[in-house]
Amino acid sequence: MMNRREAISRVAILLGSTVIGAELFVSGCTNAHTEQIVLSDTQISYLNEVGETILPKTAASDGAKAANVGLFMKTMVADCYSVEERKVFFSGLTELEKASEKAYDKGFISCNAEERKKLLTGLDAEAKEYRKKNDLLQQKEAERQKTSQASGKPNYLKKTVPAHYFAMIKQLTLLGYFTSEAGYKSMGYVQVPGRYDGDVTHHRA
Amino acid sequence: MAENTYDAIVIGSGISGGWAAKELTGKGLKTLMLERGRNYEHIKDYKYGTKPPWEAPHRGSTTKEQQEKYPVIHRGWAANEAVMDCWTNEQESPYTEIKPFTWWRSYQLGGRSTLWGRQSYRWSDFDFEANAKEGWAVDWPIRYKDIAPWYDYVEKFAGISGNKDGLAHLPDGHFLPPVNLNIVEKDVAGRLKKYYKDQRHLINGRVANLTEAIPGRTQCQFRDRCWEGCPFGGYFSTQSSTLPAAVATGNLTVRPWSIVTRILYDKNTKKAAGVEILDAQTNQTYAFYAKIIFLNASALNSAWVLMNSATDVWKGGLGSSSGELGHNIMDHHYNLGASGTVEGFEEHFIYGRRPTGFYIPRFANLYSDKRDFSRGFGYQGSASRDAWSREIAELNIGGEFKDALSQPGNWNIGMTGFGEILPYHDNKISLDAKRKDKWGLPILAMDAELKENEKKMRTAITSEAANMLDVAGVKNIRTWDSGHAMGHGIHEMGTARMGADPKTSVLNQHNQVWDALNVFVTDGACMTSSSCVNPSLTYMALTARACDFAVSELKKGNI
Repeated sequence: MMNRREAISRVAILLGSTVIGAELFVSGCTNAHTEQIVLSDTQISYLNEVGETILPKTAASDGAKAANVGLFMKTMVADCYSVEERKVFFSGLTELEKASEKAYDKGFISCNAEERKKLLTGLDAEAKEYRKKNDLLQQKEAERQKTSQASGKPNYLKKTVPAHYFAMIKQLTLLGYFTSEAGYKSMGYVQVPGRYDGDVTHHRA
Repeated sequence: MAENTYDAIVIGSGISGGWAAKELTGKGLKTLMLERGRNYEHIKDYKYGTKPPWEAPHRGSTTKEQQEKYPVIHRGWAANEAVMDCWTNEQESPYTEIKPFTWWRSYQLGGRSTLWGRQSYRWSDFDFEANAKEGWAVDWPIRYKDIAPWYDYVEKFAGISGNKDGLAHLPDGHFLPPVNLNIVEKDVAGRLKKYYKDQRHLINGRVANLTEAIPGRTQCQFRDRCWEGCPFGGYFSTQSSTLPAAVATGNLTVRPWSIVTRILYDKNTKKAAGVEILDAQTNQTYAFYAKIIFLNASALNSAWVLMNSATDVWKGGLGSSSGELGHNIMDHHYNLGASGTVEGFEEHFIYGRRPTGFYIPRFANLYSDKRDFSRGFGYQGSASRDAWSREIAELNIGGEFKDALSQPGNWNIGMTGFGEILPYHDNKISLDAKRKDKWGLPILAMDAELKENEKKMRTAITSEAANMLDVAGVKNIRTWDSGHAMGHGIHEMGTARMGADPKTSVLNQHNQVWDALNVFVTDGACMTSSSCVNPSLTYMALTARACDFAVSELKKGNI
């Protein structure tokens, strides 16, 4: 079939790692009853503000809030995240508040645009450091998988280390935005192009 | 009994089953098409294909629940929200992996014809003669000249777009205008042609998407959402193409939810009398009768039906007298290739989304090219610009970051190899005596693997891909090989092979089961070798050819 590799990279590869929650099945069904699963309306509005800081409205296009990425996160975290990932995500909301309190003595919502941007830029750097460290662990896991597969035993279960909570928020913001109507519009998406031209001078998707 | 009697029964409704139904009804036969899964109506049942992409709640991702219920589908790219309902329920229909085997099934009307990759290539005599020349397995009982007119016939009806490239090893056909290469691909094609002195070619992918309208169908709209279901009928599927034609004859009856449990074999006439089915919803058993039966249940399930038929005569089932039923299973091995970045085309953009890319036909072991393995491989690939899911140096969050991601990024190019797998007698499937499916029916056990020849070939596939990209001036080249479990190519073949001798093959040169001449198998099961090109077009041609033969034999009173 055509473009299989492309299909994978389009759907799964985001910021150099797989989309969190869209990975191969990770078993790990612990007691889910005590954990939060569904984002509340307040948390949705909160995440829309966080999302808008990551992808704000510009002269060129709408931002993450217009795409309601908070609501998208609600669906994704409830349906597609593992128990483990969800735990990281929800405790991350508290972590984010703590980081804001520490830096500005106030919660994220009370911060002005500049403070918000500075705070999240710092968290982004922290998340990237965290990923670098985890990449080494993942590499070891990949090698283990290879040995296991070479021995002829079916083994497709892929254990992954959950990402940093801010990486989750950022990935969901990007995915939620660029796959929304506003996001598609920002990329000049034409629903029914009608033809293909492999060399044009102006970009329209 | 009269109401359960037809002229012909077609088991399966995928690419080959759809063709069998169209041909047999077109020749005036009252035909019953049996589908084991649900009905899946053109346009009406396409859940996402008619909606904008942002209306999919998970935007393509699958849920945890789906991941747990469909572990095999989640071994790769097939797991997408838009098509999850189309894949077979793995809990209801399990199979046993003696060795790793990835089986992507679609039990619904049209089978995998709505989901397929649509790449359509002719075989050549390099393929048909390979077994005989190498003394490997058994010889094909047919040659290119036997199938060439049938390729013409099915291409005209299905609508295949492509360029006439004049390659003896990848014969040209009856093509609609090709889907264009983009500027980077054209540049790479030119460089390869020059460097390899016309011994290697980068050509337009030949694909079952319409570049011009044909009766009843609109041309491809370049949305690149084929498998979600195309409301334009822009690509070939049972739903868009063969089924409406069969229905229009007034000779077709379709019965979904019908699991064929066995072919009813008559010892006295040495022919099939009909089939027995289990209604998947009511668990009731029914029998249907016909003069001829086309078995098109997909390679593995067609073998399964045969294994469960006439077991009072042959312990291993109908067609097992040769000892080859269920053996010689093949696929195309892939999951490997190379990619890199391309510089110098920053001012060039793309409009529209193609349903295909480029193809690099086989060059290994052809003409003067000699290798330390036998047979060959081809590549499918494309050049494109990075989309939003990329990193941008120096930018992490904010307006500039968003605006930059909204624009296309660097050009890159990638290609995936598809290699031929030899038929090995000990690569096989069999019935698992211990396990049953939801309906209490025996399930299949898969025992097949890549062997030395394929492993050697894989080394060449990645290194040649890197070499070609290098020659073409591509930068940051990387190769990958993620390994290949049998079946993952979704090109299962060979479990009831054709041959010239009933002692070593299950089917004769007309796809008739040697042991029951009114039973025809024309899906992937019939293949005697695998070539390295996508097989569906060949199934179409073999099916149309066998239908023509079957009806003429019927008229002569021979079957």
